[in-house]
Formats: sequence, structure tokens, C-alpha cells
Amino acid sequence: MSVMEKEPILEVNHLKQYFPLKKESLFSPKQTVKAVDDISFKLYPGETLSIVGESGCGKSTTGRSILRLDEPTEGEVLFNGASMTSLSKKELREMRGDIQVIFQDPYASLNPRQTIRKMLQEAMTIQNVMPKKQMEARMLELMSLVGLRPEYLERYPHEFSGGQRQRIGIARALCVNPKVIICDEAVSALDVSIQAQIINLLKRMQRDLDLTFLFISHDLSVVRHISDRVIVMYLGSIVEIADKDSLFDRPSHPYTRALLSAIPSTDEQQKKTRIILKGDVPSPINPPTGCRFHTRCPFATDLCKTDVPELRALTPTHKVACHYAETLLSSPPV
Amino acid sequence: MEPEVVLQVKNLKTYFTTSKGTAKAVDGVDFTLHKGETLGIVGESGCGKSMTSLSLLRLIPSPPGKIVDGEILLNNKDIVTMKEDELRKVRGNQISMIFQEPMTSLNPIIPVGEQIAETVRLHQRLSRKAAWQKAVDLLELVGLPSPEKRAKQEPFQLSGGMRQRVMIAMALACTPEVLIADEPTTALDVTIQAQILELMKDLQKQIGMSIIFITHDLGVVSEVCDQVAVMYAGQVVEHRSARDLFNSPLHPYTQGLLASLPKIHENQEELQTIEGAVPSPYDYPAGCRFADRCQHARAICRAEAPVLEAVGGTESKVRCFMYTEKWETAAEEEEVLCP
Repeated sequence: MSVMEKEPILEVNHLKQYFPLKKESLFSPKQTVKAVDDISFKLYPGETLSIVGESGCGKSTTGRSILRLDEPTEGEVLFNGASMTSLSKKELREMRGDIQVIFQDPYASLNPRQTIRKMLQEAMTIQNVMPKKQMEARMLELMSLVGLRPEYLERYPHEFSGGQRQRIGIARALCVNPKVIICDEAVSALDVSIQAQIINLLKRMQRDLDLTFLFISHDLSVVRHISDRVIVMYLGSIVEIADKDSLFDRPSHPYTRALLSAIPSTDEQQKKTRIILKGDVPSPINPPTGCRFHTRCPFATDLCKTDVPELRALTPTHKVACHYAETLLSSPPV
Repeated sequence: MEPEVVLQVKNLKTYFTTSKGTAKAVDGVDFTLHKGETLGIVGESGCGKSMTSLSLLRLIPSPPGKIVDGEILLNNKDIVTMKEDELRKVRGNQISMIFQEPMTSLNPIIPVGEQIAETVRLHQRLSRKAAWQKAVDLLELVGLPSPEKRAKQEPFQLSGGMRQRVMIAMALACTPEVLIADEPTTALDVTIQAQILELMKDLQKQIGMSIIFITHDLGVVSEVCDQVAVMYAGQVVEHRSARDLFNSPLHPYTQGLLASLPKIHENQEELQTIEGAVPSPYDYPAGCRFADRCQHARAICRAEAPVLEAVGGTESKVRCFMYTEKWETAAEEEEVLCP
């Protein structure tokens, strides 16, 4: 793949994010939630890299740690080769102009007492994007870019529908000319017909403005549609990372396979090959030993209970953390 | 042989009177539910699917809401005109409901087993001990591991999937004829969702109940439903077997909805969208409610309101002029009007 030859725009090395728990009593042992436990990946300019997984797998925490909305426990994040984990507050603010984020519920992230104009102006002033005089023209340009009428600038967030609010969220992210946008479940709260409009908009923005997306989602159909490469996470670690076609056509980790087969589909063929996992996701406070998936994995052996599988390359663009990936791949889909 | 009809809804209208006027949340809904069948009600937010389900048990907050017209026939008895004490026997006994977020429907400080036992004792004459035993049996039936231990736990000690199993156990306590499931898996992860859907299908086979499954997720509908009613702006626009609906959607709205789903098995460049927005429930247009977003719309669509009727001698019903004789005459008239 040609993108791989470029220098990564964002590099995550051995990122760990632990959250200490409150002690139940003075003498109880100290406990931590290992939300993200040693993950590394690279994001290349112009691509869309998705992180998928179920709730509690650490996908959103990863996004937050990159932005340093939570201080990472360990590891480093490099943006254009420079470390972000050691930036001062001032440098951090500048960096946040380059990396923007769009959240799931735009209503929760828009100030209800600010008009859209005020909101965009404030963001551009803080990041010092352009002189005040040029802002007006830029705001009108942004509004038409995301498909909103110019008079909407004078309105407040509550006057908009969910889809329109997400468009505002996108406009606000774009107004500071970012290079990378982290989309955290950006289309999950929307109805399908509106979701399709926003996905098309995001794809068009990427093409026209040369943006790089880190797309965090639980919805594999959306991920298939929007991504170039996909990371699958389970209980705080990466179980599989591959380019899109390779992942969807040859899922190599048993968890990825189960996840893919669990998606309700309108396709008759898909229904016959369902893998139903037993039980719930184990607690990240006390994750299972060895391979974290072994408690739910239909193929687990004694080796899986003791040895942690390394993330290793099957092909140059396809990495998987499973002891038996090759055997599974050669066997027909379950 | 046609299976017997359990529930029939005719011309149901639920309106809300607010300071802004009258919101026609449910505006003339018709459907039929047969014994042992799963009927899916699908639509996007605001289409009236949840209000329809709440109307079925007269759970609409009143005021401002009111069932202004229509009939809900459960085994030929009308729920709309039923007295309060009669209704109490129907709720939970003949028709049960489960909701999206089990945490909001469970009492947070009472052990789940006790909550189920309470439901059992409300409808059946059982001793406390027998009711508790029944609660444990029910929890076992819905596949909760170590049910005796779990029954003594409070809701917050259970995971989301387990809580939904508890809700299902409670709903099944009196072996209802009809189970209304309002977005029961929407808050769950896909692997857990697959477990719960499988469980519901199994239980339906064992108990032989009918299910009304309300969801916005077309994938889920195609997994579990036999029949589907698609709702748009307070009305059913298409009512057919799930297989037919997904193979050849008739109503332009259903077509648009299916086309806008990202597909898991193929790569697409651009997703199809439905342009425009849903009309406001305070002010529905006189003609077809989808006309403004429909690419096939002709003059007749804006002038007259289409009715839900069977298409050419089949079981499939659709609310669209395209499948009526009027369509061709409308086309000829249009040519005369704008040559």
C-alpha cells in the first residue's frame, strides 16, 4: 500500500492508560482499571484509520489519551515526529489546533448559550487562525461546506436537529484548519438516512481538504464504508490491525470473526454463519491471564491461558495477536 | 391455514396537545399480529413507533397525550375502552413489555429475584417461597449463569446484557400472549445483542408467544421478524413479510432507507441518502407525507393522501399511489398540465 511508505503523521508507542480505583477499605489492595494496556499504531497522512470494539475495550480512551484530555500513564504519542506527551500547556494548545475531535453527542459538546457564530469565532480566535476581518468570509464558507444555510450562524444549538448539530460539530472542528480529526462515535446517534448524509460529508471533507481521520466506532458496517485500515480492540489491547479489505475478507482473530458474524444483517447468506460468543466481556480491573480473549474463545487451548500472544504480521499489512491465526485462516469460516 | 389473530390495531390515533398545538404522534396506524409471529415496527426517530407501543397498553402520559380514535383488539376485546381494573389484568399478564434501558425500569435497591417474585405474586396466587423459586427458575430459563446467586443481587451488580435478561425473565413471568420489545438490544454491544436475540427466538419457540419488536435497526428486523411494518410520520407506510420487504421494498421511503445502510460485504463509494427532513407532527401536509422527499412524486401525491392497501392481490400492503390504478391516470393528467 502506497500510504505506508509515507512518514506517519501520528505515532502511538506503547500507550498505557490506567485509572486507579477508590479503595473499598484502608487495607484492601490497590486496584486499577487498565483501560488501555500497551498499544502502538501509526496514522498516515490522508488515510482513515478506524478503531472498533465493544464498550469498555478502550477505543474512546485511546482517542482521549492522544489528545491528552486524560494524561496517559505511560507511552508516547508523536505528532509529525515530535513528542506530544511532554508538551507544555501553551504548546499543547497549539497542537490541539492541528488535531480536532468530533464527539458522538454534539448537543453535549456545544455551548447552549452561544450562537454558532460566537462559537466559531471563539475557536478561531483562540487558535489565532486568521485576522478578525477575514473570519466572516471563512464562516460563510464553512457553513456552505457542511451544508448549512448562512443565516443559521445566528442560531443557538437547541434550534437544530441531530444531523444539523453534527454538521455544526464538523464546522467547528474544521474552522481551525486541523490536519487530523478524531471522530469519536461521530455518527452513532444518528438515524440511518441522516447517518448516510454525514458519512458522505466526512468523506467529501477528507478528499477536498486533505484530512486524516482517526475514526472510533462500534459499528462495523460504517467502519467498512469509511476506513482505509482498521484496528480491532478487545479489553484494552489491539487484537488485529489490517487494511480494510484484508480484515473484512480474511478476519484472522477469533474475536474479529465473532464480531463480524454478530452484526445483524439484511443479507440471507450472512445469517447462516453466526458465531455466538458465550458470556460477557471480562472486567478490565482483573483481565484474564494469557490471551485476554481465551475465556470466550471457542478455539482456546492451554497455551492461550498462560502465554500472551504477540501482535505479529501475517502479511505486511495485516497483524494479529493470536497463537493460532494461521490454522484458523486455513480452516473454512465457522 | 391462517394462524389466529391475537392483536389487531385499527386506525389508532394518539395525539399530544401542547402549547404549540396538536402533535399527531400516531396518526392512523393499522396492523395485525398473528399467534406465534414476530412483527417488527421500524422507523426513524420521531416516526411514532414507541408511541404506538405505549398506546397498546395505554401507557401514554395523559395529559398531554390521548388516544383520540381507533381500536386495539386483544382477542377481540378492545383495550382502548377497557376499565382500569380490567386493564391491570391485561398488563403483564397477557401483554408484557421490555424496554431499551433495563436500568431505568428496574428498582435499583431491590434484589432482582425479589422484583420478579413480586410480579409473579401480583398476578398469581403463590406463596412467597414458591414465587421466589419461580423467579430463580425464570432466571435460569433466560440463561443467567448461577441464577440462585444472581437473584439475590441488585441491578447495579449485573452487566447490561444480564439486566436485559432479568427484564425478559420478568416479562415472561406470567407467560404472556404478546411481548412488546421496545428497542431491547439497542443499548447492548453486538456480541451481547446476538445472544439476546437468540434467546428471544428460543423462548418464543418454547412459549409460543407473539412478539412486537420495535427498533430502528433494519439488520435486527431482518434477523428476528416474520412481518414488518415500516412507519413514517405517524403512519404505517408498508406492511409485509420481512423476506419480501428486504428483497423488493415497495414504498419509496423503505427503498431509500435500505439504500442508505452501509453494507458490510461490499465497498461503496458514496452512500445513498434521502434528501430533506421529516415533516413536523404539528403540521402534516394534506397529501402523502413523504411526497416532498420522494423522487417519484406527482401532482396527485400532494393533492390526495394515499391509503394503506394491498398490492395486486398479494398480502403486501403499501401506502403509495405508485401501486394503484390512479398512478397512470395521474401521469396522463400531468402531461396535459405541463406538456
